[in-house]
Amino acid sequence: MIDADPFAAHVVFRVGPVAVGRVVVTTWMIMAALSLGLGLATRRMPAQPGRVQAVLEMLVEGICAQIEETMQVPPRPYLPLLGTLFLFVLVANLSPMLPGVQAPTARLETTAALALVVFIAGHALGIRTRGLKRYLQHYLEPNPLLLPLTLLSEITRTFALMVRLFGNIMSHELVIAVVLGLAGLLVPVPIMALGLLIGAVQAYIFAILAAVFLGAAVGAVEAG
Amino acid sequence: MPNDLIAVCSIIGAALAVSFGAIGPALGEGRAVAAAMDAIARQPDSAATLSRTLFVGLAMIETMAIYCLVVALLLLYANPFVVHG
Repeated sequence: MIDADPFAAHVVFRVGPVAVGRVVVTTWMIMAALSLGLGLATRRMPAQPGRVQAVLEMLVEGICAQIEETMQVPPRPYLPLLGTLFLFVLVANLSPMLPGVQAPTARLETTAALALVVFIAGHALGIRTRGLKRYLQHYLEPNPLLLPLTLLSEITRTFALMVRLFGNIMSHELVIAVVLGLAGLLVPVPIMALGLLIGAVQAYIFAILAAVFLGAAVGAVEAG
Repeated sequence: MPNDLIAVCSIIGAALAVSFGAIGPALGEGRAVAAAMDAIARQPDSAATLSRTLFVGLAMIETMAIYCLVVALLLLYANPFVVHG
């Protein structure tokens, strides 16, 4: 049962004093595959799109439309961050479909890093859009008495963002492992098919919630 | 010896956390789906928007159960009160 421990570190190799775990290797491979693949696919973009380009254009336009619907602002400044988050989380969630790969998002450290990115980006964008003084002022609205709660919600919603993604993906992997142990080889296949849906929905939710937080920071929407 | 007692309590605690933690989200998800069904039956045109909102809402509700699961797993695998060594 020790192997099932979702908090244990699987160290692959060490770079000096830094231990590099299995998920870090997977994360870097996903990042390399995404940047190389998408970079190659978008190097030459004729006005008459081919098959790959048409799919990518649909994807980008879809993400744009979702951001606009959620944040109620022109989506272009937020597309790079939110689009990258969505694509990375989606690919990371679906990566265990390859044999021998564990989803990086099934580990707390990956989701913690992603949630931290959203946390920092929220404050940075808020200060850049509204200016430092007005950004700090929005913590005192509607009533300065609520300041402790506002600060608390900053932390809890980042924490919830982290645990939500981690819990969903990790519990799904654990269920597959338990069913495999109890029932045998081909029985977990329907559950793995459900995992495709869970992975896609969780990636969508992560990106939408990030959009809501960024929208709240720049003052476009109410904080969730 | 104290580790054994902690292990017993942790396993009972983990089982309780998951079992009771699943009740609330289950009721909530049932109500959410029922309301969405009702709305789709009244206005089939807005089914796309409704189901998108439903998915997001269900995932948010489900998170509560996931929190309980994480607490249970912490008790089982990363219990801070178990003395190692």
